Order: sequence, then structure tokens, then C-alpha cells
Amino acid sequence: MSKFKKSSSASQDIPTAALPDIIFMLLFFFMVTTVMREQEILVKQVLPKADQLSKIQKKSLVSHIYIGEPKNVGTYGAEPRIQTNDVFMEADELTLFVNQEKDKLSEAERDRITMALNIDSEVKMGIVSDVEQTLRKSNARKILYKSLKGVKN
Amino acid sequence: MARNKDRGTPEVSSGSMADIAFLLLIFFLVTTTIANDKGILMQLPPPPEPDQPIVEFQERNIFKILANSNDQLLVENEVYVKPMSELKEEIKAFILNFGNPDQSGIDTYNSLPSQMKARAKQSPESSDHPGKAVVSFKANRGTSYELYIDVLDAAQAAYNEIYAERVGITAQEYLELDKSKDVEKRMYEQGKAGIPKAISIAEPDK
Repeated sequence: MSKFKKSSSASQDIPTAALPDIIFMLLFFFMVTTVMREQEILVKQVLPKADQLSKIQKKSLVSHIYIGEPKNVGTYGAEPRIQTNDVFMEADELTLFVNQEKDKLSEAERDRITMALNIDSEVKMGIVSDVEQTLRKSNARKILYKSLKGVKN
Repeated sequence: MARNKDRGTPEVSSGSMADIAFLLLIFFLVTTTIANDKGILMQLPPPPEPDQPIVEFQERNIFKILANSNDQLLVENEVYVKPMSELKEEIKAFILNFGNPDQSGIDTYNSLPSQMKARAKQSPESSDHPGKAVVSFKANRGTSYELYIDVLDAAQAAYNEIYAERVGITAQEYLELDKSKDVEKRMYEQGKAGIPKAISIAEPDK
């Protein structure tokens, strides 16, 4: 009996001295992984679900195009629109955007530019195909249909 | 002199350090969006040239998928109501039919593992060999993007599963092969050899 009593006299506090260090470690992890959203997306974005997803190796080669119904229906109407950077565009104006994006890259990488199409799943194919035709003409032929990993219902 | 006065060591109290760190942590937790740059990769064909010769394909070498504006599918001239996983199996059977292989087709056939050889139906009404087989998908302007992605996903899955089975891994593992590593790149090439991913997406109808 006495043996047990002796051992219980040890302090039972968990040392919290290392707590700030642990928190700092977590903090640094999140600081490093955080990507601040640099543009406001003005269209609805419910990405479709798919299974056969590839990952992009080099993020600097990716340019984003958003297509969907505008969030602000009162101002922009309910028809699906194309958004690049912060503005709405028509499908045939995309050539300009592609050239701007290509200018940002070095000479050798220009042909490897990938256009990531962030398209809302409710959009009809008409506008999507218009965009694809313009991309074909402006020689940005690598495209990525952004989608989420998931099982279809 | 200093020894005499007991000033105590000046210390910044670090008790609230954890709280400050917590505050920052929560801020970054909330603002973090782990970027997901994932999706279905496709290569668009080059823009049409005015004097482009029209390439003739035999009917049997094309697996035709049509979608209308009501999101109904027509697969090989028949209305299709089965789930996408069935469509994937049909595409796989079509690609690996080996109805009338030429020399390169026979080479491809011989490189397949035996369980895949057994699945080749060799029907004269389906594709000659994987090098000639084309999966053609044509949507309507009113087709929903969701269905388009579903079909595209099924076609991609069919090819990826064939590639993966050839090198003895799952389709998921095949997609995640890192092409910058020699061993994995060789596996990737070996899976693809002789079976080009021929998914043709036609311009939608008006």
C-alpha cells in the first residue's frame, strides 16, 4: 500500500512549456500552405465530380477561366458568363486574355500553358464549346476541366 | 556593484505567447484554401486548316456517343440508359476488341497480360485494334456540362484502366505516376504503348 502512495506524490501537471512551440509549428505550416485568393469569383462555382483526375505538375503554367451563372443576377443577368481575372468576357475576346497570360511566361514555356476551365456543373455545353474553339484558335490547346474527386450518383 | 542589487533578471512574460500564436493560427486556418488544381486533362486538336484532307474511318472503328439537349445518350445508335460504369466497360471492350489487327496490332496484343487477352472478343463488327479505335463523343449545345464531364470521365477511365492493368496497378495509381522519376515514367510509357488515347470530341450541334 505504502508503495503506491509514494508514487502518487509526483506532480501530475502536464508540462505546458512546449505548447507555444507546438502552436507555432502549426502556425508556420498554415502560413506556408495558405494561398490568399487573389481574385473574387463573380460566378457560381459548383464543380462537377469526376474520378480520373490528373494533377498539374507546374502551377505557374496554369491560367484560370471561370464560367457560370453570375452571382449577382440583378446586375449581370442569369445567363452563364465567362470570367477571367476580375472581368467578364465574351468567348471571342479570350484570345487577348490567352496572349496576356502567355506573355507572363518565358519563351520556352509558352506552348505548355494550361487553361484550367472552372465550369459550373449547371452550365450548358454551348458556351463551353465556344470557349474551346477560341482556345484552339489562340493556340492554348492544353486544357484542364477542373473537377472534384467524388463518386457520381 | 551590480552584484549587490538584486534586480532580478528582466523577463518578458511569455505566458500569453501561446494565446497570440493561437490567434494567428486560427486566422490562417480560416483563410487557408488548400489549392486543388485537379481535373481532367485534355488536349484540343489544332485549329482546322482550310485544305485539310478528310480522314476516312471505318464505321466499326468508331465508338459513337451522342448526347442531346435533354441529356439523353445515344451510344452506338442505341438509346442508352445504363449507368456510366457500364459505358466504361463497353468502351474497354471496344478498344480491346482486336477484330482485324495488323502487324502493330498483333504486337500490342502479344504484349498484353493473359487475362486481358482472354477478353478480346475479336468481333468483326467492332474495332480492328487499339491503334485504330476512336471513341467519338458529340454533345449538343444544350447538353449539360455535368453529363459531358461524366461521359468524358468514363472514356478516360476506360483508357486509364487498360493502361493500368497492363502494368499491373490500379487506375488511380497509374494516374499518380510521377513522370519525373525514371522507373515510374517507364511504367507510364509501357502502359500506353500501342494504345493511343483517341478520344475525339466533336463540335456540338447548334
